[in-house]
Amino acid sequence: MKVTIEAQGLEKRFGKTAALAGLDLLAESGQVTAVLGPNGAGKTTFVRAVATLLRLDGGTLRVAGHDVQTDASSVRSLIGLAGQFAAVEGAMSGRENLEMVARLYGQNRRTAKASAASVLEQLGLTEPADRLVRTYSGGMKRRLDLGASLVGAPRLLLLDEPTTGLDPRSRIELWDAIRALVEAGTDVLLTTQYLDEADQLAGRIAIIDHGRTIAAGTPVDLKRTVGGDVVEVHARRQDQLAAVAEALARLDEGTPQIDEATRRVTVGVARRDGLLTAMHSLQSAEVEIDDIALRQPTLDEVFLALTGHRADTEDRAAQKHAA
Amino acid sequence: MASIAAPLERAGAPASTGLVSSTLTITRRAALRYVRTPQLIVMASVQMSLFFLIYRYMFSGAMRSVGVPYVDYLAPGFIATGILFSGIGAAVAMADDVHDGYIDRLRSLPIPRSSVLTARAIADTAILGLAAAVTAAIAYAVGFRLHGSIAAGLAAFGLMLVFGFAFEWVFITLGLLAGNSQAAQAMGMIVFPFAFISSAYIPVSTMPGWLQAFANHQPLTPMIDTIRALTLGPRADAVVGHPAGHYLAPSLIWAAAILAVAVPVAVARYRRG
Repeated sequence: MKVTIEAQGLEKRFGKTAALAGLDLLAESGQVTAVLGPNGAGKTTFVRAVATLLRLDGGTLRVAGHDVQTDASSVRSLIGLAGQFAAVEGAMSGRENLEMVARLYGQNRRTAKASAASVLEQLGLTEPADRLVRTYSGGMKRRLDLGASLVGAPRLLLLDEPTTGLDPRSRIELWDAIRALVEAGTDVLLTTQYLDEADQLAGRIAIIDHGRTIAAGTPVDLKRTVGGDVVEVHARRQDQLAAVAEALARLDEGTPQIDEATRRVTVGVARRDGLLTAMHSLQSAEVEIDDIALRQPTLDEVFLALTGHRADTEDRAAQKHAA
Repeated sequence: MASIAAPLERAGAPASTGLVSSTLTITRRAALRYVRTPQLIVMASVQMSLFFLIYRYMFSGAMRSVGVPYVDYLAPGFIATGILFSGIGAAVAMADDVHDGYIDRLRSLPIPRSSVLTARAIADTAILGLAAAVTAAIAYAVGFRLHGSIAAGLAAFGLMLVFGFAFEWVFITLGLLAGNSQAAQAMGMIVFPFAFISSAYIPVSTMPGWLQAFANHQPLTPMIDTIRALTLGPRADAVVGHPAGHYLAPSLIWAAAILAVAVPVAVARYRRG
């Protein structure tokens, strides 16, 4: 198996904070590798290190065999970077933006025009291509930003939280575009806070926290750690939470977690008819509920299963998003 | 979305783009950004023209003693301060690029490190030239006349661009350090003492002693005097005390010193990310 990224013991400090504290990662060719972690885990720092944007304090990092410290220019000719912000020029048209980046990859005028046209078509931006980017919607700007990272036909695409702030439809469209790219032969390194995104796209996930890899494996492997899907019950009254938890405990699946503040009880279920059996259990206990749902585990829940503590309070937003 | 075709074959070996080519490409972007944002041009021109007209008409009565019509004294000084004031715009543009992630993208591309900053300096000097030309036209419309030859006038303009290029690197560094446009704007306020405590608007000899000390030892004063002397031609001795040649050497030494400090600092900061 060809290795696209080989990271060993990466260290990076900003002042007193250690953004990367001995991070190891292996990304193989032919798939999306997702780096999953809460805010502050070190995802962006890692991507920037791979993109040769910062100097590491320790460890070795190789992209397609080239060392990022000693052979940075080779790395730069192989990668395309798309960050959280749409790094495109508003006063130029979509086409002009892409042609410019293509030229900076070393393509001559004709090749640059062809690359730009091809990428615009791939991303469905041919129609607005000659309008100034400042007239584009947020989703279109993001797609153009992705296009700018593609126009150099990179071997490795680096996407730093690419769907942050996108509406659900744009999010799915971007996922489709990423999948198609991988099928066509581009390797992708993706960072995200959302387990569902990593689950949808990645062949392999590395979970990082405080600058270190705490778990790595296929999406199936990692969800198995939590125990599969999650049944979430919204109790009708505060005093019924205990009864709900008891009913769910009888399923002999995971340990029910009570959240007093939101009046919810969650439990991991591995069996396929988990929702149905949960409902039966609640019915026979004659507990009234407001809502019951089956959903994917959140990053928070995976963290809880892996480390025994929650990831981050900011993950509440991720939880709502995933639900 | 349309189905994805295979990535385009890269023509030839993995590229590293040349310095000239990449610098020109990026300069073009900066220029287009300016030209296609009419608010920028209009705001800058209106502000500059307004202040010029205010100084020219308000102070001309009090400034009878300079030896030439005040507008002839003021114009070269005022235009030269554009070096500082348009520099703030350059710092803000740079800070915006840092903040928006544009600099990250450029730094991840296989282009020479120096092309991005050089492109910025070239583009901003061109913008300075444009602003100066507009102000010169307005000055001409309200009475400014060259006392020297046209060749000397053009030399004055050219020297202004040279001095401006040197200062751009200071503003590029400011922009890189600031990180966002508000901070860059705030840091830009540092230009005020340099613009005002100089020979730009009034003869230094009319200032209080302690201000004279500052004015006489800062880079902008000899630069302004060089430019002014060139536009005054034969009247230079009487008005500024010396012909242009006297001020040229210190101005160029200052410009070289500014470049020698600012360029390495800017490049180092850019590399560090």
